[in-house]
Order: sequence, then C-alpha cells, then structure tokens
Amino acid sequence: MLSIKNLHASIDGKEILRGINLEVKAGEVHAIMGPNGSGKSTLSSVLAGREEYEVTAGEVIFNGKELLELSPEDRAREGVFLAFQYPIEIPGVSNINFLKTALNEIRAYRGLGPIEAKDFLKLVKEKQALVELQGSLANRSVNEGFSGGEKKRNEIFQMAMLEPKLAILDETDSGLDIDALRIVANGVNKLKSPDNATIVITHYQRLLDYIVPDFVHVLYKGQIVKSGTKELALELEEKGYDFIKEEVGA
Amino acid sequence: METITKTSLKDKLIGQYELTKPSFVGDAAIREMAINAFVKQGLPGRKHEEYKYLNFELILKGDYSFSHSHSLAAQQIQSLYLLKDAYVAVFVNGQFNSNLSKLNDLPKGLIICSLPEAFEKHKTIVEQHYAKHADVNADNFIALNTALASDGCFVHVSKGAIIEKPIHLLYISSATENLILNSRNLVVVEENAQVKIVESFEVKDLTSKVVTNASSEIVVMPNAIVDHYKVQNESEQSILINTTQVYQEKQSVFSTVNFTLNGGVVRNNLNIVLGGEYIESHLNGLYLTKNNQQVDNHTLVDHRMPNCNSNELYKGIIDDKSVATFNGKIYVRKDAQKTNAFQSNKNILLSDDGTINTKPQLEIYADDVKCSHGTSTGKLDEDQVFYLRARGLSETSAKKLLMHAFASEVVSTVKIDELRDYLEAEISARFE
Repeated sequence: MLSIKNLHASIDGKEILRGINLEVKAGEVHAIMGPNGSGKSTLSSVLAGREEYEVTAGEVIFNGKELLELSPEDRAREGVFLAFQYPIEIPGVSNINFLKTALNEIRAYRGLGPIEAKDFLKLVKEKQALVELQGSLANRSVNEGFSGGEKKRNEIFQMAMLEPKLAILDETDSGLDIDALRIVANGVNKLKSPDNATIVITHYQRLLDYIVPDFVHVLYKGQIVKSGTKELALELEEKGYDFIKEEVGA
Repeated sequence: METITKTSLKDKLIGQYELTKPSFVGDAAIREMAINAFVKQGLPGRKHEEYKYLNFELILKGDYSFSHSHSLAAQQIQSLYLLKDAYVAVFVNGQFNSNLSKLNDLPKGLIICSLPEAFEKHKTIVEQHYAKHADVNADNFIALNTALASDGCFVHVSKGAIIEKPIHLLYISSATENLILNSRNLVVVEENAQVKIVESFEVKDLTSKVVTNASSEIVVMPNAIVDHYKVQNESEQSILINTTQVYQEKQSVFSTVNFTLNGGVVRNNLNIVLGGEYIESHLNGLYLTKNNQQVDNHTLVDHRMPNCNSNELYKGIIDDKSVATFNGKIYVRKDAQKTNAFQSNKNILLSDDGTINTKPQLEIYADDVKCSHGTSTGKLDEDQVFYLRARGLSETSAKKLLMHAFASEVVSTVKIDELRDYLEAEISARFE
C-alpha cells in the first residue's frame, strides 16, 4: 500500500529525514517510535503534504501513485489521513459542515455524487458513538474550546467519517489520560480492516498496549535504525532510548 | 485675451446653496449656520486628521450636477427590495419616489414620509430634533449635508409602539451624468417603542460618478429598542459618505450593523452619544474590499453617563489593491462611571498589495470602568487552511470556508432572517 524509499526531507535548509525506508501493507499496523527530535512528526507532515518541508531525495508510492506529487487534498482524497498531534481550532466553521464538505469533495474526486442528507446524519451518529463523542461537540466549531482529549477524539471521529486507507496517528496519545486513551484506541481498533493500514507514531509504548502493532520501527536522527515486532516497543520502554543511541554508536 | 477661470468644487457647492436657497424647506437659520460651517471647513484634504487616508480633494475631482431625474419601474428594481414584507421608502438619486415605495397600510404609531412632507405635516416633532445631534461644526460633510439636503426620510415611532415589520430605506443611484447628492434622514423612536430599520445603498444602470453624502440622525428615547442595519452595495464608480448620528436616552438599546459589500469609496461616520444611564449600544461592521476600493469606517462612542455598555466589532476582508481603514474612538467622560466599553477590529489581508489602517482610540476620564480594545490583521491562517486540505477540501474551498466563518461572526448578529440570508448569499458569491 505504502512504500517509502530513501526519503530525505529538510526544513529551512536543515535536514531532518535522512533516508527513510518503510513498507506498509494493507491490514498492517506499524508503530514508529523515537526520541524527541528524531523526525517522527516531520515524517507525518511530509506524508500529509505540509509545504514548509522540502523533500530533497527519495520517493513515496501510495497504491501505485507518487504521493509526493499530489496536493494535500488529493492525498486525503486518495485515502491518506493524518490525525494531527495538535489539532487546529477553527472558530466559526462547524465540525459537521466541514466534514460534509470534506466527504463530498472526496466523493466527487472518486466520481461519486454528494451524500444524501439523511445518510450523512446516520453516518455521523454511528461514528460519533464509536469515539463516544457527544452530539453537541460534533455541532460545535472545529476543535474550538475542546479539551485535549476531545480534540483527539474528534480526530478519530473525522477519521471514522472519512474512512481512509492509510491512517497516520501522530502522537495521538500525547496529553491523553488513560480513559481518553482507551476510547481513542478502541475507536482506532474498530476501524481496522484487512483493507486499511495504520501508522502509529508515538514516543511512549503505552498506546501500543491498546493499539497492538504488527511492526515496530525506531526512528533516530532521521533514519529507521531498528525494526521488530511489538516486543521491541517493550524493550524500548524498559531500557529507554539511550540503548538505541548506544547501539547505533551515536 | 483669454482668461481661464476655474471654480473650485467648494465654491460650486456654495454657489449651489445660494441658487437653491429659495426652494429649501425647513429652518433657514440652520442651513445658514451649516453653510457657514462648510465655508469655514471646506472639503477635507490630505492634511485633515480625520480624513488622512481619504483625500477627498482628489477623490471628488470632477464636474457635477446636483440632481438628475431618472424614471425607474418597480420591476427593474425587484432585486433591490431585499425584504418581502417591509415598509419601503425608495429614493432615486436622493429624491423620494412614492411610486416605488411601499408605504400603504402603515400601522398605528408609525410615520414614514419624505422630509419635505415631514416639515409640512409634523413640524413640531421634526424641529425638535432636526440637526440637533449632527453637529455642523464637527464634520465637513455634516455641514455640507445640512446646508444642501433637500430630501430624505422621516421615520417616527410613537411612544410604546412596537413595529413588527422592518422599515427599509432604499437609496438607488441611477444616472448618466456625474452627481453630488445630499440626502438626510431623521428617525425618532419615542419612549418604550421598538423598530428595525434597514438602510441600503444600491445602483441601477449607473454609468457616471455619483457622490452620495447621506446623513441620518437617529434619536432613541428612554427604553426604546432600535435595530439598525446598513447595506452598502454600490458600484466601483460610486462614492458614499455616510454619517449616522445616534442619540440614546436612558435604558435604550441601539444596535447597528454596517455591511460594505461594494463601492468605489465608502466613508462611514458612525457617532453614538450615550446620553443617559443603563444604555446598551452594539456596533458591528463587515467590509469586503477588492480592486482599488477604499473603505473607511470611523466610529465614535461617547459615554456621557454611568452604567452603560457598548460593544463594537468590525471585521474586514481586504483583497487586491484596496485600502480599508478603521478608526474607533471611545470617550468615557468623567461622569460615566461603571462603563463597560469593548472594541475589536479584525482584518484578513488576502493580497500583498492591500492596505489596512487600524486605529483604536480610547479616551477615559472616569476611574471605575472596564474598557478594552484589540485589533488583529493577518493573512488567512495557513495552519487552518492546511488542516482543512488534509481532510480533502480543495485550497479554494478551504479558504472560502474560512472567510465565510470569519464573516459569519458579524453576519450572525443580523436579527432579520431574510436580510441575513441575503447577506449570506452575497458574501458566499463574493468568495466564489
């Protein structure tokens, strides 16, 4: 589904990603872990299409298409979803209105007509329940005045509404208490299918108790320095990132 | 030998006064005082502190007539009526047009008529208020308007009357020659009465430069509630100087929302005097500018008495080479203790060539007050745009959605559903 080859990216002339290689197949959950400043968020930003990052080398193929050639919206329409580490507040834009516009633009891209109002409402109701999001939140302005936990749940709610093929969760666990973490993880797990894939980016292992990865990768200084199964995450938690630093001889 | 004599516009305006003096209605002494004030002040040039961003000496260059009769049929202006169910007074090139107006079946307690008719039939009330609040010595255009205005609208709401349907004062410019028009409204809302008034400025088949110097005096008596709206939707050849002078008495509520959607040069002078205790004033505005348009909003909220609240929010979206100015003064006088006065001006600049001048001015002479002001100017928030795009919205629809959201804070304060729907549609169309 997703194939990242030798990806290099920099911001303001400073190289952050220095040759990332990653293969993600449908049905898989990959965790990317790493210490602060290792390039985790840069990777998610580059995949989502943030313009301030410059890709200096490498390629990303998503379902046969050159992902990096696509605008952010076309990436979303192709089925890439980024759950933001810091979801943006947009006063005055209702969550529901915005999602309807998003859904319809994605549908139009795929040659489908706009969704019927009653089907849309049904979908909203169903997906809200999935992340235990109150109806009143869905009707409010996007993320405005939401608590940290509500913002993250809103991200997963949007993900549920848009049904992406590849979901990238960028430190979705940061700032979440354990109850909110369970709700968010539960939502993600329910959305898992043999046809879609998930990349979970996190600093801590805890989230991976709830969203169990098939593969764990350690990102350090802009490269994946170690890959393994979920046991690797436990090892990292136990030994800390220093052991990776020693291993790669930094 | 040939001599070239060049008459300045100021002299021409003064000449027009002398010429039309015999036919004027109303108080000759007030007009005489006004023309003297105009002689003293002239037209504001670049050095005039209150007009420094609009050089009217330059803007008004040209040759003008002072009236133009143009016949319009009702079906030609259907789309300008805005409200299906309203009392409508229509003015074409500043002249009251009874055929186009819809003033049959006025309810008890409501008078709407032309100013000359008001001077004739309602002399006592008119003379009690006319030109008593808009000070000819305070502003060049008030002086000019008071000296030259020959027509306009008189609205009177009797004590305790609640006027359910909105009143719409519709001004249409329709001409083929350059014009300077001076129109004047007087609105008197008596004690405990309630009314909604919409003033709109439109054009129809306009091919020339029309300068409209329109003034309204609005008197809001104790416990009265007035909702006032202005919709300015003229053409890029139009110049509109629009003064709204409000006097509020105790426990009254006055709310005004000013929409500038189109126009070449638009200057709004909104002056509100809070002349009693426990008054509430709400001033909101939205201006959307493009091309070479210049829109300048000057507001003055004058807190004279204790325990009053005023709340002001002006927002603008500025595109191309247009220039928008906001100058908001708040006076809190010595006696106006326990005043709450808030002001905010927010702008979005869409282009690199647009200009925003924003200047809040607070002068506070009382010591127990809550006052605040804030301004912000910026581009559309790139993070917000990216967030929306990351969910599949095109860049264009993301920006449209954000501009709409920005504008909706002002639009949502409109309490007349039909007017709000109209504005929503106009604003949406602008962002297409």
